[in-house]
Amino acid sequence: MANDPLVIAGKNFSSRFLLGTGKFKSKKELGESIESSGSQIVTVALRRIDPERHEENILEFIPPHVTLLTNTSGARNALEAVRIARLAKASGCGNWVKIEVINDSKYLLPDNQETVKATEILSAEGFVVLPYISPDLYTARALVKAGAATVMPLGSFIGSNQGLKTREFIRMLIDEIDLPIIVDAGIGAPSQAAEAMEMGADAVLVNTAVACAQNPAGLARSFALAVEAGRLAYLSGLPLQLPSAEASSPLTGFLYDNIGSN
Amino acid sequence: MNIVINGHPQQLTSGKILSDIVASYGKPSRHIIAELNGAIVPFDQWAQTSLKDGDALELVTFVGGG
Repeated sequence: MANDPLVIAGKNFSSRFLLGTGKFKSKKELGESIESSGSQIVTVALRRIDPERHEENILEFIPPHVTLLTNTSGARNALEAVRIARLAKASGCGNWVKIEVINDSKYLLPDNQETVKATEILSAEGFVVLPYISPDLYTARALVKAGAATVMPLGSFIGSNQGLKTREFIRMLIDEIDLPIIVDAGIGAPSQAAEAMEMGADAVLVNTAVACAQNPAGLARSFALAVEAGRLAYLSGLPLQLPSAEASSPLTGFLYDNIGSN
Repeated sequence: MNIVINGHPQQLTSGKILSDIVASYGKPSRHIIAELNGAIVPFDQWAQTSLKDGDALELVTFVGGG
């Protein structure tokens, strides 16, 4: 939308839809999805090179105008996250990092305390830090102090497509935290993304739902439209919900009214 | 000499240069990051970095992720 940029660390983005690049069946589908969604920030991960598998270089499928956000997936504590962030920076691909510290394999919930520690260290080193957390007000406040550029609360379990299960906790962050709130993880349908934006979230990040769709580029586009629609709804001011009916048509002048007679 | 590359013990002839080792893993590129014994080796120093017995080398690159 014109004149309503998402601003992160002083950088303006016209798109409020962030795309993850994992799980795509092909790099071609990924490239098409970035293009169709108009996403300007995409996440990538770092892994050991496997000489047995000659994979295409993912960066060749990401247009140069797109901001790379390297995640620290695989990190089980703050120091491992810091190590991954430094490695990513050494590639010359920028200093934006999504802190992701996870040491639970069933629910894949982020470790908020370790995330705050990593944020402190990396912010002090000049990284633009976007920490991924379980939505919690105290953690978010600590992240503000630690120098985070945004706060990224999860909507529901990673890859679960369950939508905004943490709705009320995200709402608190939107109300109380003076940083962009980017809803990350668990968003499985454009309607869920729109709901987050209508609540006042600043952006939404989706990966699994798009990557695993029958037509990833189509779903990526629909997510981008839903995010834009939700944002416009939020800016336009949504009406309150009422417990009973409130007629939309006038309640006078009906055809059967006999004027002047009893 | 014995070195460990990405967690795998390997036997290599001594005096191997880092850039040659990376080349054997695929096309050397700035998108590959080398960490030798815990310290990042900048891309422009690969050709001057020789490995010695007992070294631990990590070679990482970008992949899809959320």
